[in-house]
Amino acid sequence: MADTESKALQVKEKAEVTTPAEQTRPGVAFTPAVDIFETDKEITLLADMPGVKAGDLNIDLHENVLTLDGDVKAPEGATEMDVIREYRTGKYYRQFTLSQVIDQTKINAELKDGVLRLNLPKVEQAMPRKITVKSA
Amino acid sequence: MLWRRTTDWPTRGWTSAFEELERMRRQMDRLTEGITRSLWREPVAGVFPLMNITEDKDNYFVRAELPGLNANDLEISVAGDTLSISGERKVPVEDEKARYHRREREAGRFSRIVSLPAQIDAAKVEARCTDGVLTVTLPKAEAAKPKQIAVKAS
Repeated sequence: MADTESKALQVKEKAEVTTPAEQTRPGVAFTPAVDIFETDKEITLLADMPGVKAGDLNIDLHENVLTLDGDVKAPEGATEMDVIREYRTGKYYRQFTLSQVIDQTKINAELKDGVLRLNLPKVEQAMPRKITVKSA
Repeated sequence: MLWRRTTDWPTRGWTSAFEELERMRRQMDRLTEGITRSLWREPVAGVFPLMNITEDKDNYFVRAELPGLNANDLEISVAGDTLSISGERKVPVEDEKARYHRREREAGRFSRIVSLPAQIDAAKVEARCTDGVLTVTLPKAEAAKPKQIAVKAS
């Protein structure tokens, strides 16, 4: 990780969603960039969703399919006119299939500065357990 | 002309076949050109962060999506009609033992300077960072504001 800290950030255009799921609302949907990592106890997901407010974010876990759906309201005021437009705004949408069994009651989501942090704890039985062999 | 006629005559069929190929190639070129043009619809400067700039009567608004950054990570300065934004995005190291499935979020430094179309009032510039979106409000200098000119009846 240390070497990435001094690296200069490169421009990455937002990737538009190419999902087979049909849109019911007009407007573009983008794929948020995510980090997903797993420890013995839980799976953590970090997603960049700038412009999404906590109230406009829907997280749904249904039959091992995790859906992130964040709505973005255009930040521009009604009287503003475009000078230059380099990025587009729109909702964020992404689905994941989780292989592990998740304890739904302990899911914890936090949205701070446009980054979602989702903790998905594994159910007890899915955790690897060390079995000590007793000598008889 | 004479040369052309002599070479043309015995290989007439071949020439038209090549002409056909050439025509197809040109059509393909036009097609691919159309695709690349539609991909680069937006005028991208190629410098992070991408910015949307808007204006109303009194202000310019510069917006940039900077998820995970707060006011302390940013350095914003204004001089004349240029705005410079720099900072560093950090993606903290998580659990050492964690196994990554996806790693798409990037960390690094950035710095960008933009020139605005008119002079701005540097003293009244405001910057706000909410939900990962930076909004810099730059009031236009008095001299740059549109003025209503009353037409006097003589």
